[in-house]
Amino acid sequence: MGLLSQFSWTDYLLALPIILLTLFALGILLIDFMLPAEMKWANAVTAFIGVLFAAAGVVKIQLWMHANALPGSYGFMRTLLVDRFAIYFFYLFLGGTAVAILMSMRYLEAEHENHGEYYALMLLSVVGMMCMAAGFDIVLIFIGLELMAISTYVLVGFLRRDRRSNEAALKYLLLGAFSSGIFAYGLSLIYGLTGSTNLYEIARHLPAVLQDERKPIAIIALLTTITGLLFKIAAVPFHQWAPDAYEGAPTSITGFMSVAVKAAGWAMLLRILIGSPFLLSGLLAMRSTWVPLLVFVSIATMTGANFAALTQTNTKRLLAYSSIAHVGYMLLGLIAGTVTQLSPDGIKGILVYLLVYTFMNLGAFGVITSLRHKNVIGDELDDLNGLYSRAPVEAVLMLVFLLSLAGIPPLAGFWGKYFIFLSLISSGHYVLAALGVLYSVFGLYYYLKMANAMFMGKVETGEETLPVSLTMRAALGVTGFATLFIGIMPDRFIQMVNWALGIAQNPAIAKLMH
Amino acid sequence: MDAMLHISTLHYLVLGAALFLLGVIGVLTRRNVVIVLMSIELILNAVNLNLVALSRYWQGVYGPNALHGQVFAIFVITDAAAEAAVGLGILIAFFRNKETINVDEVNLLKW
Repeated sequence: MGLLSQFSWTDYLLALPIILLTLFALGILLIDFMLPAEMKWANAVTAFIGVLFAAAGVVKIQLWMHANALPGSYGFMRTLLVDRFAIYFFYLFLGGTAVAILMSMRYLEAEHENHGEYYALMLLSVVGMMCMAAGFDIVLIFIGLELMAISTYVLVGFLRRDRRSNEAALKYLLLGAFSSGIFAYGLSLIYGLTGSTNLYEIARHLPAVLQDERKPIAIIALLTTITGLLFKIAAVPFHQWAPDAYEGAPTSITGFMSVAVKAAGWAMLLRILIGSPFLLSGLLAMRSTWVPLLVFVSIATMTGANFAALTQTNTKRLLAYSSIAHVGYMLLGLIAGTVTQLSPDGIKGILVYLLVYTFMNLGAFGVITSLRHKNVIGDELDDLNGLYSRAPVEAVLMLVFLLSLAGIPPLAGFWGKYFIFLSLISSGHYVLAALGVLYSVFGLYYYLKMANAMFMGKVETGEETLPVSLTMRAALGVTGFATLFIGIMPDRFIQMVNWALGIAQNPAIAKLMH
Repeated sequence: MDAMLHISTLHYLVLGAALFLLGVIGVLTRRNVVIVLMSIELILNAVNLNLVALSRYWQGVYGPNALHGQVFAIFVITDAAAEAAVGLGILIAFFRNKETINVDEVNLLKW
């Protein structure tokens, strides 16, 4: 009786998007039973409305925070911290999910696997992501992670009759569960060292722990925790699941995983390592230990992923390696700054990167999803051959996405890399910045290889124009517009990121914009 | 009480670390997927043992209401059950198509 009365309406307000998404997910499972086979599209519509409702919930929180002049608020006995940082990620997850739903509609029909569970699981995994981004307690973060991960395992194996999908799900599950176990072990040690599961309390007790003989255990805790985190964002050497899972999964889910699931992994990584930008906590006191680790992982990730991408002939696999390479660039943002001092610009770079990455990568996977028709799976590099003559609009959009992924100005992808490298240079990491730029140029090769197939490749005989559904057109339109718009007029989005991090606009950058 | 028989928190932690290592070795070396799943359970049980032992320790410091670790353990148990259910479900789907449960025959996807 005492417990429930402790929660006020603000607690429920802060959890509003989470509650709404859960209700919609369960609703889809119920409605799916009553829908005849030819009405299954209604599930997608319900899911889309659910995402819109959740977004309205986020707006409601935002207005409430604005009215009370708060940058964030605790909820549910400090397990939840919905700050601007979390709200930024909420929008990212919901945007990525909305586009992924649009991409899925025709694809699932083509695969004859149009079941309501697909959309329900998608919404449930977004619930998990929100718990990861807004969680301020390691228990909630862990449960959010598992809710997201378990939903995604099933989604990866959703094409039951397809062996590749089964295999991808199995590999993803085994490695995902393994990494979760390692992560949980690290969390248990962190709890043991500090006596609390709250990230702020952990940060408060950590300096004392690092002073005495408990330090070796703290280092083991950090190593296991960070291993789990790096598994989830697919950084080399913990990346092997990603190409397999990306290749075998339904293409729409590959797109969803590469943006929303990856953004959630990043939200969790930032939460654990730096806490909230408004309340630095978590394992920030151990920054001098994790920075050298991340330097190694980041270089390994950029090198490994860029070289492995060169030889790929499957587009989904190629884009999987490209997404691993992007993780390498993003990790540089955490390294920027000094050994003890975090660079706000680096974190800003990561958030900008995640935003632009959401649109350009989802767009690229959208084009590949639209290649699935009749008996063509459409995920080989050869399937892109002559796309320009079969579907000129899609081919041009794909070129935009690819160039943006390569980081060519004035497209969105450029700004992600720009802020990361800027933060590195301003904190004196010239070698890492040079390496990052070098690998970005290197990446251009395999992106242009795909572009080459689209524009120069020979069309096989009997290939008519590619049918692209209306929802797919909408998805591609949104992502293409965003990629161009963020690229040409980034100030509004950069202000948004500054708002999410609570930092005033850097005058040097402001001058560059106007 | 005999000091030799006293079991301290450290003993539990060492046992937990041993279980954890056994689990990790099992995942890395075993070929049968069911045994790999069992090894993952072993890791999660090491986590639970740690959590409960450490919760006991912190109860001695903060009083009987400091139950974070035990609550966490209950969540981990729930998660382990969910993971095992989905894992075996995926394994059955895989077996139907391929008639094997050995990891080294999971080979359609490779670089």
